[in-house]
Amino acid sequence: MNRIAALLAGLLFGAGVTLSGMVNPMKVQNFMDLFGTWDPTLIFVMGAGLIVTFIGFRIVFGWSRPMFDPSFHLPTASGLDSRLVGGAVLFGAGWGLTGFCPGPAIASLVFGYWPSMIFVVAMGLGILAARFFTRRKDEPPGAAFEEG
Amino acid sequence: MTDFTPLAGTMGGILIGLSAVLLMGGIGRIAGLSGILGGIFTTTWTAEQSWRALFLAGTLGGAVVVALLGGIDPEAITFPGTPLTTALGGLLVGFGTALGAGCTSGHGICGISRLSVRSIVSTVVFMAVAVLTVFVVRHAMGG
Repeated sequence: MNRIAALLAGLLFGAGVTLSGMVNPMKVQNFMDLFGTWDPTLIFVMGAGLIVTFIGFRIVFGWSRPMFDPSFHLPTASGLDSRLVGGAVLFGAGWGLTGFCPGPAIASLVFGYWPSMIFVVAMGLGILAARFFTRRKDEPPGAAFEEG
Repeated sequence: MTDFTPLAGTMGGILIGLSAVLLMGGIGRIAGLSGILGGIFTTTWTAEQSWRALFLAGTLGGAVVVALLGGIDPEAITFPGTPLTTALGGLLVGFGTALGAGCTSGHGICGISRLSVRSIVSTVVFMAVAVLTVFVVRHAMGG
């Protein structure tokens, strides 16, 4: 059942980023172009996503455990640090430059456009580079990914 | 120009939210795509990689289903920039989300819904930098 839950959650996510238009990087870049061809659609995507998730999480976190797993796996990091902020700066620059963030870029692969493939391969290399160059010695592999 | 599509955007946002709630309620995991992708780049394959691979397979499947139902016109998808800027952007997004432990879904949707200060700060920063980047690329540089 846990595998079916993961597959179904992925289906909902892929459907959501596609229906919302986020798989179209020009549309996302237009959202960021406040001083040009502004397309406010993403406010509605983020707003609706946040409302559903906020309410849903309140319900789910009232349970003693998830349905198909012994426990919740929540990030333990707290406090702000230069990696969090520096990572967000680099991510924002790449997102603005291309109009792609990770989820929609992955979903967009099914449409078979070259830029989607170039982006996803480069993104994978970027993840590996970050893991190679920035992991602190006291961290287990993958620790940097826990917030998702 | 792209059309302002608030209804499709809202419905898409609801689906993204349901996905996050299902993954947390089902298996207790954050639906953060950069983390889910990064977590399969390992030398060993366990249940921890299986659920991630299934989620990613579902992500591709969901896009196909919406396209088949006519929820998007794939012909209308266009890409800003050049192959070089796309590759550079991909590197920045991969490096930045790995370093900053999350992206639009992990920090922007799940983290803010958990009222995580780290996620709120991350989201404000990456949104602001994205807007600034687009301003520079489209207007300051006349692109």
